Amino acid sequence: MSNNSLAQIRFQVMWNRLLSVVEEQAQTLVRTAFSTSSREAGDISAGVFDHEGRMLAQAVTGTPGHINSMALAVKHFIAKFPVRGMREGDVYITNDPWLGTGHLHDLTVVTPTFRGGEIVGLFASTSHLVDIGGIGQSPDGRQVYHEGLYIPIMPLVSQGRINEWFLELVRANVREPVQVEGDIYSLIACNEVGGRRLLAMLDEFRMVDLDELGHHIVTNSARATKAAINRLPQGIYRNSMRIDGREFPIDLVATMTISEGEILVDFTGSSPVSSYGINCPLCYTEAYTSFGVRCVVGPRIPNNAGSLAPIKVTAPLGTIVNPPHPCAVVARSTIGHMLPDVVFGCLDQAVAGKVPAEGTSNLWNLKLMAGHGLSEEAFPLDGSASPFNITSFHSGGAGARPALDGLSATPFPSGVRNVPVEISEAITPIVVWEKEYRTDSGGAGRQRGGLGQRMIVSSREPAPFAIDATFERVHYAARGRHQGGPGAKGRLRLATGKELNNKGRQTIPTGDRIIVEMPGGGGFGAPFERPAELVLDDVLKGLVSRRAAAEDYGVVITEAMALDRPATDRARAQPRRLP
Amino acid sequence: MIDKETMTGIARIAVDVGGTFTDVVLEAGERRVTAKVLTTPAAPELGVIEAVTTALQSAGVKPGEVGLVIHGTTLATNALIERKGAKTALVTTEGFRDSIEIAYEHRFEQYDIYMQRPSPLVPRELRFGVAERVAADGAVLLALDEAAVRTVVPLLKAAAVEAVAIGFLHSYVNDSHERRARDILAARLPGVAITLSHEVCPEIREYDRFSTAVANAYVQPLMAGYLERLGKALTALGVSSPLLLMMSSGGMVTLETARAFPVRLVESGPAGGAILAKTLARSCRLDRVLSFDMGGTTAKICLIDDYEPRVSRSFEVARMYRFLKGSGLPLRIPVIDMVEIGAGGGSIATVDELKRIAVGPTSAGAAPGPACYGLGGTLPTVTDADLVLGRIDAGYFAGGKMTLDPGRAASALETVVGRALEMTDVIAAAGVSEIVDENMANAARVHSVECGKDLVGRTLIAFGGAAPLHAARLADKLGMDRVLVPAGAGVGSAIGFLQAPIGYEVVRSRYMDMRQFDPAPLNDLFGQMRAEALAVVRQGAPEAAVRESRQAFMRYRGQGHEVVVNLPLGELTGGDAATVEEAFQAAYRALYGRTIPNLPVEAMSWSLALATAGVELPEVAAVGRHAPLASGTRTLFDVDRGTTIEALVYRRNSLEPGATLAGPAVIVEDETATIVPGGFAAEVLSAGHILLTRKAAP
Repeated sequence: MSNNSLAQIRFQVMWNRLLSVVEEQAQTLVRTAFSTSSREAGDISAGVFDHEGRMLAQAVTGTPGHINSMALAVKHFIAKFPVRGMREGDVYITNDPWLGTGHLHDLTVVTPTFRGGEIVGLFASTSHLVDIGGIGQSPDGRQVYHEGLYIPIMPLVSQGRINEWFLELVRANVREPVQVEGDIYSLIACNEVGGRRLLAMLDEFRMVDLDELGHHIVTNSARATKAAINRLPQGIYRNSMRIDGREFPIDLVATMTISEGEILVDFTGSSPVSSYGINCPLCYTEAYTSFGVRCVVGPRIPNNAGSLAPIKVTAPLGTIVNPPHPCAVVARSTIGHMLPDVVFGCLDQAVAGKVPAEGTSNLWNLKLMAGHGLSEEAFPLDGSASPFNITSFHSGGAGARPALDGLSATPFPSGVRNVPVEISEAITPIVVWEKEYRTDSGGAGRQRGGLGQRMIVSSREPAPFAIDATFERVHYAARGRHQGGPGAKGRLRLATGKELNNKGRQTIPTGDRIIVEMPGGGGFGAPFERPAELVLDDVLKGLVSRRAAAEDYGVVITEAMALDRPATDRARAQPRRLP
Repeated sequence: MIDKETMTGIARIAVDVGGTFTDVVLEAGERRVTAKVLTTPAAPELGVIEAVTTALQSAGVKPGEVGLVIHGTTLATNALIERKGAKTALVTTEGFRDSIEIAYEHRFEQYDIYMQRPSPLVPRELRFGVAERVAADGAVLLALDEAAVRTVVPLLKAAAVEAVAIGFLHSYVNDSHERRARDILAARLPGVAITLSHEVCPEIREYDRFSTAVANAYVQPLMAGYLERLGKALTALGVSSPLLLMMSSGGMVTLETARAFPVRLVESGPAGGAILAKTLARSCRLDRVLSFDMGGTTAKICLIDDYEPRVSRSFEVARMYRFLKGSGLPLRIPVIDMVEIGAGGGSIATVDELKRIAVGPTSAGAAPGPACYGLGGTLPTVTDADLVLGRIDAGYFAGGKMTLDPGRAASALETVVGRALEMTDVIAAAGVSEIVDENMANAARVHSVECGKDLVGRTLIAFGGAAPLHAARLADKLGMDRVLVPAGAGVGSAIGFLQAPIGYEVVRSRYMDMRQFDPAPLNDLFGQMRAEALAVVRQGAPEAAVRESRQAFMRYRGQGHEVVVNLPLGELTGGDAATVEEAFQAAYRALYGRTIPNLPVEAMSWSLALATAGVELPEVAAVGRHAPLASGTRTLFDVDRGTTIEALVYRRNSLEPGATLAGPAVIVEDETATIVPGGFAAEVLSAGHILLTRKAAP
């Protein structure tokens, strides 16, 4: 028994080490990447796989969008380039949205690691590029051909020799050739680091290969995940959520079947594909769907083939969550980020009180630009104004949790970080005049939804600039749960009054300012059940107005900002007005 | 009595007030005396006086013969962690009152839907926006609305605010609005401490700067009060020497500077440890070192190359969430760059849903402490595991002042870990030890990747109560062949204080596109920075020679992280653009293995540091070797081999320089014990340090 116990500890130490190996791989990528979303927002992924393409470990650094998508990508690589034909020093690459991670901006690179002439594992990494040609990050493309350079799964390095002609082709097709080439090198380098660390690990633990450890990881993770699934009541749970979409509102419809050791989420009934670039390839649908499930089912179990296998995701071809080639897909996160909310609506029926209310979910990134041809109003070319292109990452409010208020101005399910206003202003002519919480934007509830924020932006220069909008929750709010109220809708307008659309490129004329009001998250539980003291505190902090305190929460607060207890008791005794 | 050059009198005292223990080290000539007492959190000066008194008595030194007291304290850190600082308000640019709460709009824990962000030190109702606006280039876009500043005054009075931070956008480039607002408030709010963001942190990135300013204001009244009480208590004891304060950067400052910028005192204890490791590295001629400081709650790991610890300007205090990055409050101050993880003697072991052993970051602390303390703790800790594995002598813990109960340790391990995993208490202990060592090793590896450094071939310098117990195993895991356990390992940070230089670092943000390099404003800037630093250093070292260093924080245009680049001293000229850019490319290549051709380079910030030389230890000399006598034997569990082995036991204070012994062995001292595994040999160096060297493979 003692030997078995020691073996058990040894496996755990080796598993921890393997997780550390991929974390080092990921850190190398983050530190050397060029595009803002990879570097600042950790929009990257790194993992190690066995010969069959099963993922054994994935770095925690990264966004949920790559969780399942990259896990499956390696199988596509070895289907095209079988492992037995790989040589030492080979590296493969793709940005195929359907076989990789959902859009052309994500490059996935796979590197086999050799020891004594045999492959002991494969390292894969994904990074978001600053540009891939085409029409850029705008969702205005109608086909994936509009969206940039398409790289099929192909060799990038062969036996140590990089394909220079390929790099030249890439450089010729993108707007930021130096940075894109730098990102390709950083992907190669991070896989190399992973490979070196793996070899050192095999030596230290006197391991021949990863097979035995891989088996241990996959079986234990699968067992723990199935056990977590089996703690849920079996059954079929349906949920539907309507969101803004582009040319028509989109219904996301899910049917979740919880059975013995398995959860199946099927999206039959969801809206058809859009003619614009907001379609969400199935790999990305799988990623955010399984993320939503994993938030509740075994969240501490590391991502690997074992923990991901019991969660299955299907969607009919031709729906917005399974668009076929050549649908445009660049802003697939517009849909993908909404999927955990849809999943939560199913899970809430299985186990009430475990999942949050709906939130903003979709990122409210400000993609601002100025320059020739970018705005409706002509951009001066006499040197009086500077062209720029900048994305800053922002979020509205998240949904209230069963026992906690929603997080204000915080992304969920994505995990990006914002860029400081002072940095944005130092490298562009923009000026941010306001970045503050929006009073009353959090959905009312026993637990209040997170607040959205208001940003007001102008340019210091006498020139127009433009915004690429990919915003949701402008027409359909984040709904509350268990009698919680909806979050405030988002809004986009010019200071001079004109309302702007929530999707597409639009111009902010010279001298004008854009006002961006981000949505709030839904509330959880009946607002009248929120303790009056907490409502008073929200009013004192200016998060909730006195009017909303009275109307939504039945809490009366005097002009002197004191709680009027008798009036509150009377108001709360009235029949409740359900949101 | 005091030599002005070296600031030494007959005796010098270092005081390190930690979360659990207050350590005092007294050095007089060749003698060194240490004292360790429990920290007295309500009035830390009481513990300090108790320990100083003990040390003076055992050294036979009179209070009047003390020439210098050097002090480091976690008081500011604890006030931030426990949210026990002053009632603080923030006056900021209109439209940005939520900046310190919105932070980086970041979820630092991907899967936890119950994650909570740290609450800001200033609640929203005490954050006031006033109309004003400075642009990134310093231009005033909107004049300061002075009437608006005045209308804040009655609100601050009504709320009985004790401290105010003023933070305006881009004040690091144009500070006039912050200074004017300060004048208006100071005239109307006597007795209220005011912190200006550009003074405490003249750097770009508004959230970090405001967070630093608010933290400074928040701890200022508390620290001022404590430092005053401590000064009086020392005077009452008869100690009339100067008092210098240790900073997180590893330099020392006078009381005056410490009172103005108390936030710079955060984490001064660990900085002392890094200074110790640095001085040891030089005296032992170890040019590549990993310093490893493991105490009761956390372990601190620091890379030291060419006898200089890595420095950084950003730091996060009060991480509330399993030490995760992003779960604390950012402080942008000069710090010694360390990774701190929740792994110490008191770290508690549990078993997770995958039946994996997890250790820390929760710590049993001093109360109830590990199960073996017999103070009511029932959860197994790393110390319990060390005891069950035979590494600690139950009858000789803390120099015999405390008796440990191996039965309680074994029972806690059996109950919590053994039953869940169907293993004996000893195997469970081995598992806990392996996992905590692996956690520390992984943290060290990821940190070294972030720094672009390699660990293989380094020497581990191990100190702090728990480090010598785990150091050799950690060295195994990191591919390192040498471990140095310094004399006085258990009170390493305080010893480090005695070796620290008097120094001060000034950082300023001034954006510069290197394609349009303009030396004139930089020379002005460095002139101001040098004057500022010199004024601080001269308070503590009126005549000593000072060393200057200058750095730039540079990146390729648009990147998010800056690389530290050493700059030449003296006036910059137009021709230096190429020199500086080349230095950047070299630093970048060292970090990332390559450079990016044709991409413009930009500098965000500049720093200048002045420091006295600090104390140099004599070079460790070779001494004749001899085999010492063991004082007994003990049964140890060898984690690597999975079996019990017999180890010889030595008393460290009976080992003479030159003593050489082979593992497996245990070298016991008052505050800790050094484990020498079978694969290592140990040698006592001339200064009393123990050097473990991996035996050549047979």
